[in-house]
Order: sequence, then structure tokens, then C-alpha cells
Amino acid sequence: MQPGELIASDLGARPAQPTDLGAAWAILSEVMDPEVPVVSVVDLGIVRDLDWQAGHLHVVVTPTYSGCPATEVIESDIRDALELAGFRAPQLERRLTPAWTTDWISASGRERLRAYGIAPPEGSTSKRSLLGESPVIRCPQCGSAHTEVLSEFGSTACKALYRCVECREPFDYFKCI
Amino acid sequence: MNNKTDLIEYLLRLGDSALIQGQRLCQWCGKAPALEEELALMNVGLDLVGQARHWLEYAAELLDDGRDADHLAFRRDERAYRNLLLVEQPNGDYAVTLLKQFLYDAWHLPVLTGLSQSSDERIAGIAAKAVKEVTYHLRRSGEWVERLGDGTEESHRRMLAAIPEVWRFTVELIAADDSEQRLCEAGITPDIATTAAAWQASVEAIFASATLPVPTAPNYFYLDARKGLHTEHLGILLAEMQFLPRAYPDATW
Repeated sequence: MQPGELIASDLGARPAQPTDLGAAWAILSEVMDPEVPVVSVVDLGIVRDLDWQAGHLHVVVTPTYSGCPATEVIESDIRDALELAGFRAPQLERRLTPAWTTDWISASGRERLRAYGIAPPEGSTSKRSLLGESPVIRCPQCGSAHTEVLSEFGSTACKALYRCVECREPFDYFKCI
Repeated sequence: MNNKTDLIEYLLRLGDSALIQGQRLCQWCGKAPALEEELALMNVGLDLVGQARHWLEYAAELLDDGRDADHLAFRRDERAYRNLLLVEQPNGDYAVTLLKQFLYDAWHLPVLTGLSQSSDERIAGIAAKAVKEVTYHLRRSGEWVERLGDGTEESHRRMLAAIPEVWRFTVELIAADDSEQRLCEAGITPDIATTAAAWQASVEAIFASATLPVPTAPNYFYLDARKGLHTEHLGILLAEMQFLPRAYPDATW
């Protein structure tokens, strides 16, 4: 940290108000994922925890994939949204453990993914075996269970490429990890 | 013996191997045989570069000499690199590319699975995350080896030709040196006999369904990447990868 940053962040320090954490959660639930702009960073389970530390909001975030190129963008979006709402110099902590899992995607997040045309992850990581059995992936367009995998990897690291045999539409599937 | 020195060396092996494998995959960008394959190669490469960053960040913290992960990736010379010889080999045709990827993945997964139980919490955390990604890598590369090995006459011939191209470099996957032995005794890294057995089992199973012969295990190669002694291919790869940060050291996005 540069000396100037220390002074700037010190200037913004203040005691926590009872409404702060609730307000911060509400703001973050409006910060959308840059690759999938219909689900928020809260829906995706990227924001793990919020608390107040040494006069500042402390935000714990976890990356989805080790090499996700959106990690930095997401962190700066979170910082910008909080600063804009009056939280001075929020402190972001990147935490790898426990590793992010698609089990953390909220029910409403899954529904919004489907409405956007991305099949949400099927089942839970604790139940399926990655090597071997494949779950039934429903087409997000027509709902058919008659789909086939085109590629294990899709437009981003978190997705696989599928095709619906019924309506012939190709679609992204949010992989279960 | 100093565990910290051993640990830094080990982190460089993991990080450099992931980075160089990722860089090799990126060389297919724009010319993969099919769009889906291009996406898959770049996705796998991206995962690996991300993992490399986590390992190199940890190595940089332990080194504590002012260098960061970028510095380690872009300013070290060939002799300071600790990646597996296997991953620095040229991509060759698609059979060589996929066989290299499979042999690496089949080693990578049991190693990461073992590391996710490491007594070092930082290592365990990085490994637990990477395990999820590498599980997909192995599934894909294994399926391709089966498909090409047990495919057409031409694809089978190409796979057969690919095996002697890369097999001799697998000696590093199954033999521990003193430094790894000490880390294993300290509970930081998994037993190499266990990971080597898992690698062997995985290779035998996939080769069997691919109708490919499993060569006898290599027991010696005259170069040793753990000592920084690489094949002639790494220097050229690094010259390309490191050009921009070396030519324009202060460049930013």
C-alpha cells in the first residue's frame, strides 16, 4: 500500500451504523456479473461475507474459477457500487477457501440464468460424480430434456456448450463444480 | 534442511508447469481444428494460467525479495524455470497436443487431490479449487485420447506416432527428488509413489480403451527440469511469452 492510499482510506473511516450491512447487501445484489448481466454477485455466491472492520466495510469475495478473467472487473464493480452509495474505501478481501461451488448460486439466480438462455447447474456437487454419469440438462428455450453436449467448454470457463435435439437451439450450460 | 527453500521450489514446479502448459495451449488460438476445440483449449489454458498465478503469488510471498507473480512469470530466464519437461514440448499435431494434455492431466489431478489435504492451508485451498477445474480437463483429454486412438486408421496411426514423441518426458511424473521427499515427510505434499500409481492406472485405463499400447516406464532422462535443465523448446517459448514485459517493462493496460 502506498502512503497516500493509507491517508485516503483513513479519512473515510467511521463507526458502523446498524443499517450499514443491510444496505450494503442490497447494493451488492444490484451488481451484476459482467459476463452474465442478469445475475448479481450475491446470487452467484461470489460475495461471501460482509462486516465492519476498523471503520470500513469489509467485503469477502471468492473467484469462481482460478483463471476467471472477470475477477478483477467484478471486484472493481463492487468497489465502485459501494463507493457510489457512500461507503468510503471499502476493503475487499479475496478468499479461496472454501472453494466456490455452483451450489452457492441462489434459487432466484438459477431462474434468471434460465430466463436468460443459460441452463443452470443441475443437481449438487456432493451428489454427482464428475467423471462418468451425466445429469439431464434441460433446454432453457423449450424445456426439453432431449439435449446433447457439443463441447465440455463453452463461451466462458464456467460453461459447457449444449444443443437441444427438439428445438435445435444451441445453448450454454452453467457447469456444476 | 530448509523446508521453505523446498517449498518455494515445489511451488515453482506447480506454477511453472501450469503456466507453460497454458502458454502452449494458447498457441492454438486462431488455428484449432474446430471452433468447439478452440474454446476448450483456451478455457483449459485460462484455468491453468489462473492456477499458475495462485502458486506463483505464494512463491513470491515466501521469496520475499520484492518480486511478484508477474515478475516470476515474465522476468525469469529459462534456467530458473522449474516446469515439467513434458509441458514445454511443441504442440505437434493434434494427437501430440492431446496426448501431452492427457499425460499432464492424469498426473495433475492426483497431485492436486493430495495437495488439497496438505498441512499447509494455503496450498490446500489453492489445490481444492484447482481440483474441480482439472477434473474437467482430464475428462476431456481422456475422451479425446480414446476417440483418436480407437478412431479411424489415420487417427490411430497419429496417436501411435505421438507416444514416442512425449513418453520419455514422463519420467519426471513418477520419480521424486530429495526436496519432494522432504516435503512429503513434512505432510505438505502427497507421496509421489501414490500419485505415480494413480497416474499409471489412469494411463493404462485410457490407453486400453483407446487400443494403444502402454510403453514401459521411463527411468532416466539426461535433462532435469527440477535443476533448470530444459529441452531446447522452452527458451523459444519464453522469448515469445516474455517479449512484451521485457521490452516495455512499465507497460500497463
